[in-house]
Amino acid sequence: MTFLDYYKILGVDKTATLKEIKSAYRRLARKYHPDLNPNDTNAKKNFQQINEANEVLSDPEKRKKYDQYGKDWQHAEQFENAKQYQEQSSNFHGASYSGAQFEGDFSDFFESMFGGSTGAGRSRQVKYRGEDYTAELHLDLIDAYKTHKQTLTVNGKNIRITIPAGIENGQTIKIAGHGGQGINGGPNGDLYITFSIANHPKIKRLRNDLYTTLDLDLYTAVLGGEITMDTLNGKVKLKVKPETQNGSKVKLKGKGFPVYKNEGQFGDLYVTYAIKIPTNLTDKQKALFTELSKL
Amino acid sequence: MQTENLISINEFCINHNIEISFIRSLHQTGLIEITTIEEKFFIDTGQLQQLEKFIRLYYELDINLEGIETIHHLLKRINSLQDEIVALKNKLRLYETYE
Repeated sequence: MTFLDYYKILGVDKTATLKEIKSAYRRLARKYHPDLNPNDTNAKKNFQQINEANEVLSDPEKRKKYDQYGKDWQHAEQFENAKQYQEQSSNFHGASYSGAQFEGDFSDFFESMFGGSTGAGRSRQVKYRGEDYTAELHLDLIDAYKTHKQTLTVNGKNIRITIPAGIENGQTIKIAGHGGQGINGGPNGDLYITFSIANHPKIKRLRNDLYTTLDLDLYTAVLGGEITMDTLNGKVKLKVKPETQNGSKVKLKGKGFPVYKNEGQFGDLYVTYAIKIPTNLTDKQKALFTELSKL
Repeated sequence: MQTENLISINEFCINHNIEISFIRSLHQTGLIEITTIEEKFFIDTGQLQQLEKFIRLYYELDINLEGIETIHHLLKRINSLQDEIVALKNKLRLYETYE
């Protein structure tokens, strides 16, 4: 558990007045409020800290306790024991932002000293949507190729989701109602899952098209022929034209990646030939190549 | 007309303890859409998340309507730039050397 210097977090002096604390809080809240910094986990963390700092420092009772025991928070429990019969239900005098979907996340330090959020400061008993959750799901290219179901554990709950084929790296999908519970009977928040799709060692993807490099022996490249190659959807036969040049490309229509939420539609597969020159030639081969070169 | 996906603005304002004039102003600036049925005003549930965000900006961060409009515009722009970054990163992966 780390000690949090609430004065430092708000950037105010220990002798700061309530007005100065409010002003500092408001300034920082405008900077770090998650509504103004979507998908920024650092801003969210900062906002939680300043919310927490404000909740303590703008409440005279809490501030007093913090000032007395803050650095030696381990003694806070003893303080509580001694005070437990005198404890009154405290009225919150501050004007902390309700934070709506951001409320509820307090540091261990805060929980240890003050036992969690009082939920006070909300001058309006309003129904709010629950917090939106964000998660990142790692897949490989083969996983993303086929529609499949996957079970995720989000905040202790198991959620089974269907991942449609063709999902893109960096794409975010919304699972409605699977975020935090609504406040005061408000609707639940949503769960946003961002997909991180790992590179395939041999196949590259750009939207729905796939790109790969295929080694081709010199003789097939010169004379032409038929070869078999692996794709994400099994093996395919490929006719190689005679006199195929190194680096030349062929397009295999419809052999690319499935188009997201368009069943039966696929991108294309682009194959670049890498012609391999034979090595460790026998004397006979060398002689034949020499003969060829003189023709 | 179906109203199952609609929330009465009057009810919403009572529950959230906010003035109806604020919702009207958001509507006038084009930030939200209001549906009128038999002289009653409704908002689609799909706009709820956005509306609650505007409420937080206005009532909790003291940002005025012009500020909200600007923020909304800039956030949309950030969003589109983030999408573009993802697309460009994906494109860049195409040119990265095989591991």
